[in-house]
Amino acid sequence: MFEIFQSDFLIRALVVGLLVSLCAALLGVSLVLKRFSMIGDGLSHVGFGALAIASALNLAPLQVSIPIVIVAAFILLRISSNGKIKGDAAIALLSSSALAIGAIVVSQSSGTTDMNSYMFGSILAISNEDLVLSIVCSVIVIVMFVLFYNKIFAVTFDESFSKATGVKSGVYNTIIALLTALTVVVGMRIMGALLISSLIIFPALTSMRVFKSFRGVTICSALVACVSFIIGMEITYHADFPAGASVVVANLGMLIIFSLIGLIVRKRNQ
Amino acid sequence: MSYLIECKELTAGYEGTPVVKDLSFTVSAGDYLCIVGENGSGKSTLMKTLLGLRSALSGEIIFADGLKQKEIGYLPQQTAAQKDFPATVREVVLSGCLGRKGLSPFYSKADKKLCDDNIELLGISSIAHRSYRNLSGGQQQRVLLARALCATKKLLLLDEPVSGLDPMVTAEMYEIISRLNRENGVTIIMISHDLQGALRYGTKILHMESGAYFFGTTTEYRSTDIFHAMSTCDCRCNCDHHTGSKEAQDNV
Repeated sequence: MFEIFQSDFLIRALVVGLLVSLCAALLGVSLVLKRFSMIGDGLSHVGFGALAIASALNLAPLQVSIPIVIVAAFILLRISSNGKIKGDAAIALLSSSALAIGAIVVSQSSGTTDMNSYMFGSILAISNEDLVLSIVCSVIVIVMFVLFYNKIFAVTFDESFSKATGVKSGVYNTIIALLTALTVVVGMRIMGALLISSLIIFPALTSMRVFKSFRGVTICSALVACVSFIIGMEITYHADFPAGASVVVANLGMLIIFSLIGLIVRKRNQ
Repeated sequence: MSYLIECKELTAGYEGTPVVKDLSFTVSAGDYLCIVGENGSGKSTLMKTLLGLRSALSGEIIFADGLKQKEIGYLPQQTAAQKDFPATVREVVLSGCLGRKGLSPFYSKADKKLCDDNIELLGISSIAHRSYRNLSGGQQQRVLLARALCATKKLLLLDEPVSGLDPMVTAEMYEIISRLNRENGVTIIMISHDLQGALRYGTKILHMESGAYFFGTTTEYRSTDIFHAMSTCDCRCNCDHHTGSKEAQDNV
């Protein structure tokens, strides 16, 4: 089991992956409950476009994509609160446009870039620089989440009440979008543009099958996310499956197990 | 006589289209004011303006007697997202304390005490650790009322607090609100479709109809033409929704 720690790139992938899983799971609880599940998906496609452009221009990938994805997150939030184009339609528009632009850029650039690793992720893609950046981002996400936990709960549960009693809900929505953008960009190198949103959605849904308090769901999501990621990496290492896909399958397994537990508990209580 | 809220020639609405025009009324400490009127008459616009969720187009709302706008305890209508929200009753009630905490991130002992007191006051101690989503409609309203009380000591603004509740739970809810008004000295502003309930429990009525307003005591209201027109209409509405239609007809 511990052979996985023997090579540098695997350790890097494991550290970055665990941190990203943790952050995505924390944010995911709020996003799923606010019916913003697809925001992660939309942002990852924008991230793909940004990465493609960065590599075509020989720029540092994360430094280019982080600001672009943050801007996209702001636009998405604005649009969904404005209501002229509905949130889900806005996300679909943005993600397919970004995907299209990314695909064109990749096809025209010198061919060193590998479409497959963008789409489905690669544990080989993590450099030392990425490692440092992702540790910094994750620490920011976790500290902010702990500090704003109560407010995030209030704004998620009832935005109009929070606003009416003086909680600046706009600020907290912005913080959530910002942190989500950071997490998505950092995570999509391993998980790939198509699969990163699963890290946001699965753990929250899994925990909600069993736990009934917000705190319980949040803590359980964090644990489920980390355990699923480790299981996924083990599968990758031993069976040579693609990393992102293995992690998603591990998450799917967890969801099924928790659903069954929830079903049994409910049956018993009846 | 000092007012808690004085609303002077208020005009409010959406993007330049006024829904509420030149409305003046006052709320004094201890009042039980019911705001009634048809859909689209501007009740929710007025409510949002009172809460500061949207700004007035002209006119003003003056908060006095030590009341601040952010100290209104608000009971909103429930949203679809709350139906399957994993949160315990205590977590929900505690969140009522957040508004006045500013940047401070965690709840203090005093907040938790206030929360437990309000849970006790509304008789939901036995379900304090249950999940909000598994409660009945009436229990959920009590939880939200306890949360609103954490945000205020003076004034509750209730948005259709009995909509969707069955007649027995409706009566219970009215009793609770009445008790808070009488025994705890909480001033009540209630937006309601239920005219009978408003007349029975309220001390003052603000009737809103596009362009025409009535503001006065419940007794004064009963003798107005606007009331007679409204009460026959209300009777029809009630029949449509199968709630208290018999009683409404009997009373007219």
